Amino acid sequence: MTIERKIHDLHERRRKALLGGGEKATEKQKTMGKLTARERIEALLDENTFHEYDMFVEHDARDFDMDKKSLPGDGVVVGTGTIFGAPVAIFAQDFTVAGGSLGIMHAKKITKIMDHALRMRIPLIGINDSGGARIQEGVNSLYGYGEIFFRNTLASGIIPQISVILGPCAGGAVYSPALTDFVFVVDKVSKMFITGPEVIKTVLGEEISMEDLGGARVHSEISGNAHFFAKSEEECFAQIKKLLTFIPWNNSRKARMFEPAEPKPEYEIGKIVSDDPSMPYDVRDIIRAVADNSDFLEIQEMYARNIVIGFGRLGGRTAGFIANQPAEMAGVLDVDSSDKAARFIRFCDAFNIPIITLVDVPGYLPGIDQEHAGVIRHGAKILYSYSEATVPKITVIIRKAYGGGYIAMASRHLRADFVFAWPTAEIAVMGPEGAANIIFRKEIAESENPEETRKKMVNEYKQKFANPYVAASKGYVDAVIEPAETREMLLHALEITENKHVSMPSKKHGIPPF
Amino acid sequence: MKGNEEFKVLNIDFTLYKTRLSKKFENRKPYQPLKPGSVTSFIPGTITAIFVKEGQEIKEGEVVLILDAMKMQNRLKSHISGKVKKINVKKGDRVAKGELLIEIE
Repeated sequence: MTIERKIHDLHERRRKALLGGGEKATEKQKTMGKLTARERIEALLDENTFHEYDMFVEHDARDFDMDKKSLPGDGVVVGTGTIFGAPVAIFAQDFTVAGGSLGIMHAKKITKIMDHALRMRIPLIGINDSGGARIQEGVNSLYGYGEIFFRNTLASGIIPQISVILGPCAGGAVYSPALTDFVFVVDKVSKMFITGPEVIKTVLGEEISMEDLGGARVHSEISGNAHFFAKSEEECFAQIKKLLTFIPWNNSRKARMFEPAEPKPEYEIGKIVSDDPSMPYDVRDIIRAVADNSDFLEIQEMYARNIVIGFGRLGGRTAGFIANQPAEMAGVLDVDSSDKAARFIRFCDAFNIPIITLVDVPGYLPGIDQEHAGVIRHGAKILYSYSEATVPKITVIIRKAYGGGYIAMASRHLRADFVFAWPTAEIAVMGPEGAANIIFRKEIAESENPEETRKKMVNEYKQKFANPYVAASKGYVDAVIEPAETREMLLHALEITENKHVSMPSKKHGIPPF
Repeated sequence: MKGNEEFKVLNIDFTLYKTRLSKKFENRKPYQPLKPGSVTSFIPGTITAIFVKEGQEIKEGEVVLILDAMKMQNRLKSHISGKVKKINVKKGDRVAKGELLIEIE
């Protein structure tokens, strides 16, 4: 063959590989409202930056007539490219090839790009769209999943790992996304579950649709497995790109700096919080009132809404925000909100992202269901994560900070670097009503007018303890600040903590209360 | 907060907070105290055998019925010694999770 013929032959091979599962299967993918694997990669990466590898990998299964079947690329597309100029490694399962089923060569393509991402210290994005294990390959497909899970764990905390669920992701396959840092889902497209509706029906006699069992909404609102919810694949890709601007390539870098920008004037920080301490407000307005451009990327927006987590920037630097949300469940800590915050703290800590905590917490949620669901163990996760985190920890106490909630929300005692409090802060063991009822139980019961005495005692307690100055007098609060001073204090604190260095006692690893 | 949204009230340690309540919180099931004499289905399944009769005296730990679920013949035992007061199921019945199958007193 002449060189020209050989090049022509290469082109021919490429053309065939790029067809994936062929026209019919591609058409079917489109009627399901889904893009193909390569279209997805191209939509996500910077234009013309995708470089594909292992295009000619083929399976070598022999049983069940598999030796007669050719599966182009073995049902997964892998490669590298850039997003806003930053390198990423990516794999996308190709549902048009054998339903994106995972056989050994399919898995080897994925593990190879994972190894690459880890060695090169670049983020990994996995697009999941697969019917599950390739049953014809038996235990080899289980080997494949296991090898992927192992690498997800190895890479955890070193490179950011992003999972995008753009089709079915069922059975064991769900555990790779579960081990990664951020899971993106798309309404009506994503389906995630361990056992599907059919098995549930035969075994347990319970009927449920795929959407109600493991659709995008379920994982965004109820299970908490998903972090970002989008209405379309396009919106989902925009979310991924935006997230990547806030986080570093790996754990030895910092997120890139942006041009500092002032918050938008419509967020007036002095007018968000009501005088009445029992009145709700949207704490995200405070975040927007301090963040550059009032830009806040919220994570798990629909799950455990009583705590708000997400990324913003101050003076061009990324910060992770954690804030109690008084508008939802009074901003209490409970099982779900503790899990949500604790995991986010660990992500920020692993990837050198300073944590800004906004506190307005009445305590932990009372209730039999909470106690029985293990609020002790789950609540402990927040304490553990904050205590363990060595990134800059800056805390602003907005209003109430009662009891265990006060300690948990990045208090001085968990080694916050700076604790600021607004004049509206109430740092106390519990709210005035509860405290007065306990401390003055006898006086109230024995008085001629118990209700009046109770009011008097509540007032007395309020005067004495419902303020930031008792904590400030002990140095637990570093400065009492006006709301309007908050952004400036945070900017300065971030500058001061830029080169924070602390060493923790050496150990193999701790045992967080999982 | 925008507009005049109606908030609900949540009592945390005697302080009443105006706030929204989560679906999970509003739909939480009221607590049912455990009755030691109740034999309930811990999993949905089919009753394949019943070994006791109403009025019969049984001992703690005695197997009272078989609940077939997840391809397993689950032997359900009595938590107490006593008399079988009522049997709410018969052989072949399909039961949901948490159904009261047999009451012992």
